[in-house]
Amino acid sequence: MPHYEPWSEERARTVIAEFAHLEGPLMPMLHAIQETFGHVPDAIVPMLAEHLNISRAEVHGVVTFYHDFRHEPAGRHVLKICRAEACQAAGGDALAEHAEHKLGCKLGETTADGRVTVEPIYCLGLCATAPSAMLDGKIVARLNERRLDTLIAEAQS
Amino acid sequence: MSIRIYVPKDACAIACGADDVVAAIQAAALARREPVEIVRNGSRGMLWLEPMVEVVTPEGRIAYGPVEEADVEGLFEAGFLAGGAHALRIGKPEEHPFLAKQTRLTFARCGIIDPASYSDYVAMGGYKGLERALALGPAEIIEEVKKSGLRGRGGAGFPTAIKWKTVADAQGDRKYIVCNADEGDSGTFADRMIMEGDPFELIEGMTIAGIAVGATKGYVYTRSEYPHAIAAMEKAIEVARAHGMLGVNIAGSAYSFDMEVRMGAGAYVCGEETALLDSLEGKRGTVRAKPPLPAHKGLFQKPTVINNVLSLTAVPHILADGGEKYANFGMGRSRGTMPIQIAGNVRYGGLFETAFGIPLGELINDIGGGTASGKPVKAAQVGGPLGAYVPTWQFDLPFDYEAFAAKDALIGHGGIVVFDETADMPKMARFAMEFCSVESCGKCTPCRIGSTRGVELMDRIMAGERVEANLATLTDLCQTMKLGSLCALGGFTPYPVLSALNHFPEEFGAPPRLEAAE
Repeated sequence: MPHYEPWSEERARTVIAEFAHLEGPLMPMLHAIQETFGHVPDAIVPMLAEHLNISRAEVHGVVTFYHDFRHEPAGRHVLKICRAEACQAAGGDALAEHAEHKLGCKLGETTADGRVTVEPIYCLGLCATAPSAMLDGKIVARLNERRLDTLIAEAQS
Repeated sequence: MSIRIYVPKDACAIACGADDVVAAIQAAALARREPVEIVRNGSRGMLWLEPMVEVVTPEGRIAYGPVEEADVEGLFEAGFLAGGAHALRIGKPEEHPFLAKQTRLTFARCGIIDPASYSDYVAMGGYKGLERALALGPAEIIEEVKKSGLRGRGGAGFPTAIKWKTVADAQGDRKYIVCNADEGDSGTFADRMIMEGDPFELIEGMTIAGIAVGATKGYVYTRSEYPHAIAAMEKAIEVARAHGMLGVNIAGSAYSFDMEVRMGAGAYVCGEETALLDSLEGKRGTVRAKPPLPAHKGLFQKPTVINNVLSLTAVPHILADGGEKYANFGMGRSRGTMPIQIAGNVRYGGLFETAFGIPLGELINDIGGGTASGKPVKAAQVGGPLGAYVPTWQFDLPFDYEAFAAKDALIGHGGIVVFDETADMPKMARFAMEFCSVESCGKCTPCRIGSTRGVELMDRIMAGERVEANLATLTDLCQTMKLGSLCALGGFTPYPVLSALNHFPEEFGAPPRLEAAE
């Protein structure tokens, strides 16, 4: 399970500073912020704008453009189920429905107890051993109902 | 003497349990006091056999697969350390028909060497291309690439040498090599496999490109969905630097070149080259209007070569063996080899590198072994989410840019996704529109609005509402998207939609096609 730090302006400043020497540093900075705090908090937007000498609107535009960046923290575990064509061809639709049913929430939502966020993902590059999924960075292929149940149980524990 | 065992570290093998297999082998070997050395190689590309474990015996490497954690005890009991008989024994991997039938240039080393080992790479012909490139100099390198007939492997098929020449001739205080490794198409995984299995090849290819055009900095832009590839690339870059093959005065020459890996953030459109450049600069990944071309004003407005992983990894071979030799493979204007990825509902899915010209049906039925479900094949989507659905009666199509284009289809990045008879074509057409609406960068109207309207139209058609009129509107909308979109996302989404409609009209509630076979 990933461990995230509570928001701290001071900590955020050191994270930003780490990438200051790069060309085009905004994306690496945002990834590092999310890795540190579990999401991209609003408070970081003016800090980045000032550091990079661009407008807040520009930073906001970038944060909201990319699917990866979270505005709110996710559940304790994140289960991503591939919904792209190769996985669809191998029965991925039924598995996604099965996961929604088991967890009691739709793709893109978090369970009521805050334990699991389940999301669609479009291609993990494991298309020859489809269907596939990813639980907190752990990838699983040749998914079937039994394997998916094991993953869900792991996420709920 | 310890026995050497290879267990792939390829993401596909890991997703099928390779790490657990490694732990089980280590535990079993320890219990038996058998000294073993485990090397984490890339994948050979026979992905239905992953995790494929190979043991080095006096006769050569003997493979077993697919090995699960629970099989390890049995393998030890069967004497697999000496190549003993077992139900999972495959024999020598290079003699397996799937590998024996291929022409492997780009993937010659993938699955054989330790991807983090510089000496393994050099022992199998690595850095021969760079050595010759340094002897030839920039103009001659481009001439060699021109002779090879290499065309961009990302999908557009643009001649690589022309792109390089344009950047070489452009004025700029800095120039860049950008590798498009944003492999977002479903059914494609060749970029991932090469980055995980033979990352030095990409480093060498980018270095040669840098020397050819006068660039000193390279970026590999890849996906956040590929953490294993990122780790393998970063490790190899570090090793190359330590060996003086990246940095100042590479290989003791007057040239300098260094590179960095950058990660996207889940936006499919960033695989489009200009959106990718904006993303690298730290902006929203929106598509730029052309001109100016990236070759003139690319990354940070500087002259930039932007090539796909498979284009750049073809370069070391072209330089090492000569452009003519490479051009001897292939057909028509499609020269050389293409790493083709066979995926989806298929029995023997994997990576098959071969010369252009092989018929699609041979790839799917003979090499891929038909569907995994055992049901008849219905169609295959070739070229990712923006590629056409090719029905079985067109399976004689040769794998060639022009031949596919003549049938309103595209090769794209060489990914084939096989569907069996249960595939619901209107649903797949709707998915194509939905995917486009979710992933559109929003810059141009045909893509942004058109895809949303397309989803609505498909919903009405699937509900049986005024089918004929709605299909006419859908066809018209597709035409507008095709001709009016700024990039391939909006421009090519009509391919899967219209191919599904044209080949399987009765599923959309339209009259069946008159000529069932052409």
